[in-house]
Amino acid sequence: METANFYKTEMEFFIDMQRCIGCQACVVACAECETNGQDSMIHVNYVDRAHTIQTTVQVCMHCEDPVCARVCPADAISKDEFGVVHTANTARCIGCSNCVMACPFGVPFKQEKYDLMMKCNLCYDRTSAGKKPMCATVCPSGALYYGTREGMRKMRPQSDPVNHFLFGKEAVTTKVNIMMPKGATMLKVHG
Amino acid sequence: MFSYHLNKKAFAIATAATLLLVALVFIGSRKLQNFDAALIAYLFGTVFATFGIVYRYAVWLQRPPTWLYFKRTWQILFSGRFLPYLWLFLRKSVRNIGFQYFIRSRGARRWWGHFLMATGCMLAFAVTIPLTLGWIHFTMDPATGLDPAGVKLYEAHVFGFRVFTFKLGSIIASLVFNILSWSSWLVIIGVALFMFRRFTNGGLIATQSFGGDWLPLVLLVAISVTGLGLAYDYSFLGGTAYEFMAVTHAVTVIIFLVWIPFGKFFHIIQRPAQIGVYLYHAEGRRKGMAVCRHTGKEFTSKQHVDDLKALTKELGIDFTINENTSHLDYSPEGKRSALAQAHLKARESSGRYFG
Repeated sequence: METANFYKTEMEFFIDMQRCIGCQACVVACAECETNGQDSMIHVNYVDRAHTIQTTVQVCMHCEDPVCARVCPADAISKDEFGVVHTANTARCIGCSNCVMACPFGVPFKQEKYDLMMKCNLCYDRTSAGKKPMCATVCPSGALYYGTREGMRKMRPQSDPVNHFLFGKEAVTTKVNIMMPKGATMLKVHG
Repeated sequence: MFSYHLNKKAFAIATAATLLLVALVFIGSRKLQNFDAALIAYLFGTVFATFGIVYRYAVWLQRPPTWLYFKRTWQILFSGRFLPYLWLFLRKSVRNIGFQYFIRSRGARRWWGHFLMATGCMLAFAVTIPLTLGWIHFTMDPATGLDPAGVKLYEAHVFGFRVFTFKLGSIIASLVFNILSWSSWLVIIGVALFMFRRFTNGGLIATQSFGGDWLPLVLLVAISVTGLGLAYDYSFLGGTAYEFMAVTHAVTVIIFLVWIPFGKFFHIIQRPAQIGVYLYHAEGRRKGMAVCRHTGKEFTSKQHVDDLKALTKELGIDFTINENTSHLDYSPEGKRSALAQAHLKARESSGRYFG
């Protein structure tokens, strides 16, 4: 994929889902991203509605070795030189949903009406032009933040960005970070 | 640096397919008797394309996820429910391969563009490939040809057998002789719609590449325009530019043929796999759905979850949580919630929810 030279490699994405207030501003903003064709690619859902009103927000984590791409039978998912894992190539995707079910973060959408997998591609129309992703520009609570690592450390001195995860026995490293308590190096899911 | 590892299995399959094609050229053209020598360059291009397409397809099939769907498609089609699945297979093939109906909901103009391009290409393939391989040829009925005042009859032969006869100057003759010109116009209109989209859609502008997205369109236009040039040159210009048009048309077509295995056009060969996916999910729904351990709702078929467990293991990915549970037993929503709960737990145990 030929990419523009305006992508700012020093900028990173940080998520802190405890800060998500479920306002859905990111969901609406995401639909403004032109690479999605007006379909929102961000997930905001209740964590356990029977017991709490806590919501969680999830964008694509842009894995170093994306499981979605590895289980894709059509070679439709690719990662570029900036580590951005792109949404399915529309000419190739056969709509099997392997990526939807295998992504450890539960990110890809199967758009039944298009017979196509779609997912967040870090607002590539914006980030490739040096701008912030739509969701990060509108999040009012700081659950989604796009900026430098240094800037993040200054804002959240009691937290550390973590991009290593353990799902069962599978270790996953991502481009996107999750803000964890100071000193944490890994988030173990199903601990 | 360019490095390449020869896939021996794919090489053997591609070589066998190519030899079979060459044998069929000899048989179909009755030992080259009906082969049109003017098309020799196209023949070499087609033979090379056959090798390349079969080679890449064989390499593609060796990928575990691709092999899974390929294997399951045929297993399901030839299972005890052959007739309903054959009906589904045919219905979806006409709808999604013939008419590419799944693109319609992505945008009406986009569908028209693709439909016109694909229909033009498929019509052109249907005519030119058998002609190039010497499987089809046309002759004048000698009896009618001798009478200058009589109606001339033209005969179409397939594999050397006379299949049908039509009158020169009839509507059928006009359709048969001009089908490639009509195909070219369909392709040109379709490409124009796609080029307009690629010039104006911000998302496409951000992600498109010249080699992957523009070159195929440019090549299709070049083939169509030079093809029309051939026909209109001898129709309206007395053939004055015929050699130039013939050479440029041959060059563009051969580049297209040789490039099929490597570039965007390979999706034409991959697309039928989508039909297999319909069969796979229909059979999965019939066998029973998996229920998410977090949401308690059905999210995909048990067959799909089981196949993904085996597939990820084969790929060296291990989502096993314990003996009876895997991360794959969770729906996408369940996975997101599990992550959020683990995050909350980590925050809780640190004594700070924020910071």
